[in-house]
Amino acid sequence: MTRKFSQIHVLLIVMVVVILTMWILTGSDFLNPGNFQSMAYQMPELGILTLAMMIPMLTAGINLSIIATANLSGIVMALILTSETSLQASGWQSILIVAGAILVGFIIAALIGAINGYFIAYLELPPILASLGMMVMLNGISIVITQGYVISGFPDAMLEIGSADILGIPVPFLLLLICAGIVSLVLNWTPTGTRIYMIGSNPIACFYSGVNNKNVLLRTYMLSGILSGVAAVVMTSRFNSAKADYGESYLLLTVLASVLGGVSASGGFGKVSGVLISLIILQMVSSGLNLMGISNFLTLALWGFILLLVMIIKFLIEKYQQKRH
Amino acid sequence: MKKILIRHESFLAFAIILFSIIITLINPSFFTLENFFDLLKSFSLTGTFAIGMLFVLISGGIDLSFTAIATVSGYTIAVLLLNMGDRLNIFLIFLIAGVIGVSLGILNGAIIDLFKIPSMITTIATSNIFYGLLTVITKGKWLYGFPTWFGDFAQIRVITVRTAEGWPYGLSIITLIWIVLLLAAWFILKFTVLGRSIYAMGSSPVSAQRAGFNLRRLHLFVYGFMGLMAGFGSVIQALLVQTVAPNSLVGKEMDVIAAVVLGGASLTGGTGTVLGALLGVTLLGILGNGMTLMHVPSLWYKVIIGVVILVSVSFTAYRRKQSIRKRVITE
Amino acid sequence: MAEPFLSLKQVSKHYAGVTALDKINFEINPGEIHCLAGENGSGKSTMIKIISGTVKADPGSVIEINGIPIHSMSAMDAINRGIQVIYQDLSSFPNLTVAENIALDYFVANHRKIVNWNELNQIAERAQSRIGVHLPLDANVNEISIADQQLAAICRAMTRDVKLLIMDEPTSSLTKREVDSLLSVVLEMKAKGISTIFVSHKLNEVLQIADRVSVLRDGAMIGTYPAKELDNDSLTFLMTGVKVAYEPFQATGNRDHPILKLNHLSRKGEYQDISLDLYPGEILGLTGLLGSGRTELALSIFGKTQPDQGEILMDGKPVTIKSIQDALKYGIAYVPEDRLIQGLVTTQSVGQNIILTTLDQMTTRRHLLDSAKIRDSIAHWVKDLSIKVPSVQSPVQTLSGGNQQRVVLAKWIAANPKILILDGPTIGIDVAAKRSIHEIIRGLARKGISVIMISEEIPEVYHNCSRILVMHKGCLMKTFVTQDTSIDEIQNYVNGTV
Repeated sequence: MTRKFSQIHVLLIVMVVVILTMWILTGSDFLNPGNFQSMAYQMPELGILTLAMMIPMLTAGINLSIIATANLSGIVMALILTSETSLQASGWQSILIVAGAILVGFIIAALIGAINGYFIAYLELPPILASLGMMVMLNGISIVITQGYVISGFPDAMLEIGSADILGIPVPFLLLLICAGIVSLVLNWTPTGTRIYMIGSNPIACFYSGVNNKNVLLRTYMLSGILSGVAAVVMTSRFNSAKADYGESYLLLTVLASVLGGVSASGGFGKVSGVLISLIILQMVSSGLNLMGISNFLTLALWGFILLLVMIIKFLIEKYQQKRH
Repeated sequence: MKKILIRHESFLAFAIILFSIIITLINPSFFTLENFFDLLKSFSLTGTFAIGMLFVLISGGIDLSFTAIATVSGYTIAVLLLNMGDRLNIFLIFLIAGVIGVSLGILNGAIIDLFKIPSMITTIATSNIFYGLLTVITKGKWLYGFPTWFGDFAQIRVITVRTAEGWPYGLSIITLIWIVLLLAAWFILKFTVLGRSIYAMGSSPVSAQRAGFNLRRLHLFVYGFMGLMAGFGSVIQALLVQTVAPNSLVGKEMDVIAAVVLGGASLTGGTGTVLGALLGVTLLGILGNGMTLMHVPSLWYKVIIGVVILVSVSFTAYRRKQSIRKRVITE
Repeated sequence: MAEPFLSLKQVSKHYAGVTALDKINFEINPGEIHCLAGENGSGKSTMIKIISGTVKADPGSVIEINGIPIHSMSAMDAINRGIQVIYQDLSSFPNLTVAENIALDYFVANHRKIVNWNELNQIAERAQSRIGVHLPLDANVNEISIADQQLAAICRAMTRDVKLLIMDEPTSSLTKREVDSLLSVVLEMKAKGISTIFVSHKLNEVLQIADRVSVLRDGAMIGTYPAKELDNDSLTFLMTGVKVAYEPFQATGNRDHPILKLNHLSRKGEYQDISLDLYPGEILGLTGLLGSGRTELALSIFGKTQPDQGEILMDGKPVTIKSIQDALKYGIAYVPEDRLIQGLVTTQSVGQNIILTTLDQMTTRRHLLDSAKIRDSIAHWVKDLSIKVPSVQSPVQTLSGGNQQRVVLAKWIAANPKILILDGPTIGIDVAAKRSIHEIIRGLARKGISVIMISEEIPEVYHNCSRILVMHKGCLMKTFVTQDTSIDEIQNYVNGTV
């Protein structure tokens, strides 16, 4: 209990420090509404993928194939969207085709998730290896389908998703909030969610308590797959294209964002709220440095540094608490 | 377990032979001395990284920052070669790259040991730090145009043979360096107390601590050694392609891990051999080379590698289950 | 007699105001076999930690080795002076060979850099022959039995010139035959002048070969007694300070229709031809040695494994229980022997553990969790089983053994079972807590739940069950009606000496 408590506190302090630093360094630019809106456009890609990474991590697993899943399902959506009929369609027809394409993309993402889940839950492969193999294979399939090229040029309805806003809130950000809401609902308010946490801590005791571990793991990886599919919608519509290797550098960053948000690397602990705060911190560092005209790569370095810092502070707090007892 | 491991290695060897036969049947130029030497040379980069990764996996950890470390050391030696190349020689280059690699590796090991942060998390963080800072400083420029002696060294052949047309080919010095590293790693793991202690720590850290092993020293050694291999790997990469680019290695971590795990190292620590890692690198390498020779479009390369990883991991899991079942019945 | 190898005089230890050890006096002679007995929390482990140098005693304490006072002793010093501990988990390296497990310490201790495999094998070989055992030196440790791992651990101590070997709960997971061979090894060591301390709360077997027994209770040394003068009952009395008097349990339910009936159930390599009847509201005892098939039979009833032959009938109807979920549906619950690994998710909260079996009932009509229902259910069971816990949010690992077992029971009673199988329900639980667990179980039976109590402590089944089944090597030896038999008679059947 105290463990999670301290990490959220540390995160909030880090967030305040980041806001203050950026404010001082960039002046009013940082607190400008326009900056917040642009942050809200940028955050969802990494954000939704991080949710997709977080859920398997709670079961003490990992899903290295989230990006590859997103790319493949994005490519399939793109293939449908760039077909003759969909480009010639207009009005409602066009919207229906876009919706259909997204649905097909989701089904594929869910299917890939289910296959991952089958390998991990039923064949009992180590998650890191099963999803690594899956990542390489999916990536290969994407390359074969696209011949390594970019697929681009979508109907307007698709592009709207990435660029429109509702009441000033960008649609991608709304999608992130919806995903976070659903994940939070599943984790906190469904039997499956409770089981996910319990399996992450001790699968054997869950098995002896009549929990259908295999089924729970299968659902976990399916959910992770579907979230990758949502990320695919955001990515393809924002880039107006799909490709086999988009966003590959995000993979380990999703692990970074999850752990920074308090997800335990050994499973069983972690909350959506923590992950959201972690995403906000990371995005603010990135946008702030961007405003100052500093290279994106310094952002990467700072992200790594913040993660280490938070983990070290957490370690020291725990050590101090142990000493007091 | 040892028997299973030996069997695992013979399975791998069998798979390699099988693939070799299939490839040779389709394109006989696979089974030539020339291709054999080429293959060995092409394995040397992954192979060098794999040695370091093997040590880390045996110790029960993982290192995702070695490509970033290799990029930092590669960049440093490239800058040195461009600015004062005439005053340097190959030994100094290896020495400098090695020292940079070891320092960054030891930094990883120290964070992991002092703050008990899981190795995966630590190395994801440091990888971002190393790579991010390097790219900021260098602005992502490609470096090339090294001194001629550096290019000449890469062309040295230890054994030279000639083709029927009179073209020379043979065992590259780069391959030889890799083989020496393999032998050294094999010796350390098999015949030194240090090597056996790494297995012991990976097998059971609690027992290792009780038995009086110095876990801190072991952590520093293992990650420092991974750093050393990353540093040497960066020189090998520079020798092979004669350019240094900041983004040519980062993102390739998983290929190396896949090769070592195919070779029988377990992610839970305590198992793995140099021979296994060598076979794992060979299997993946031969697949790539074979597909080219069989005129399989290179687009399919990753699909096939992915399938091979999945099949091999499933097979290992299946055999483990079988052996547990057998043991329960016999007891 | 020669002077003692080790003596503790007025040794105390306080942790943050809590007295762990209070002015202990203790001595052990060369070649002596000494038992250290006491319940959990009696100070046994603190005493071992002081002897082995991992914990420092309070000032004023005197530790003497061969009559010479030792002022400060680190863990390494202790090993160098010939004191070694074999912990319950044996501290082995599962992926290394037996030979390496035995000899690697020696290389590390002597600051050797290079491993000479011939020498390593010779060292292992010599250590083996010193205590007269033959282990498969080339096998990996995770391929050999726990008993052999224990012998390997003893061999490992032998490579370092051990003078005093302390064994923590050495017999807890060994079969009778394995215990006997362990004891013969200890006698072999005795002949060589090596002293042994057995730390245990289960002393039956060890009492036969021990010279003396020291008993700790609440951090104080109650006394040291010649082993010959003690038996199980008097030892229990010394350890707990209370005389345990049981009233036999009387089943109340009707005995017309068995709720569970096994007909000639067999599973290859585990148990053979088991038939039994279980009636509503009775507590049926099932006893036998480790490896007798008692747990394996229970796991088949619970759906973890399937029998090869025979049939299971519930309320007279044949059923197949293919999974634990099936067992739950039929109202069968199982409290496993290994509480910390199989029974509880120790890092998670008491509340989460309690509702784990009933999650699907804790929902609203929209299939979402109903927090009010959950809160009520947890509060109900915490109160019903009087689980002492600062908050239902506390992780289970912060609870005492007795309270942890109550959480496991709560988890299963919440599932409203008709049949409750308890495997070693009071293992590692103090005597006082044991009695209240027994009371809970009796209460459940009175409410009509049928209980199968599996235990290797014969007094436990004898005092709580109306009928007792004895298993030996996978077979059902005999079914006793408790009032027509005695503990000794059951013991003979358990050991297979009839």
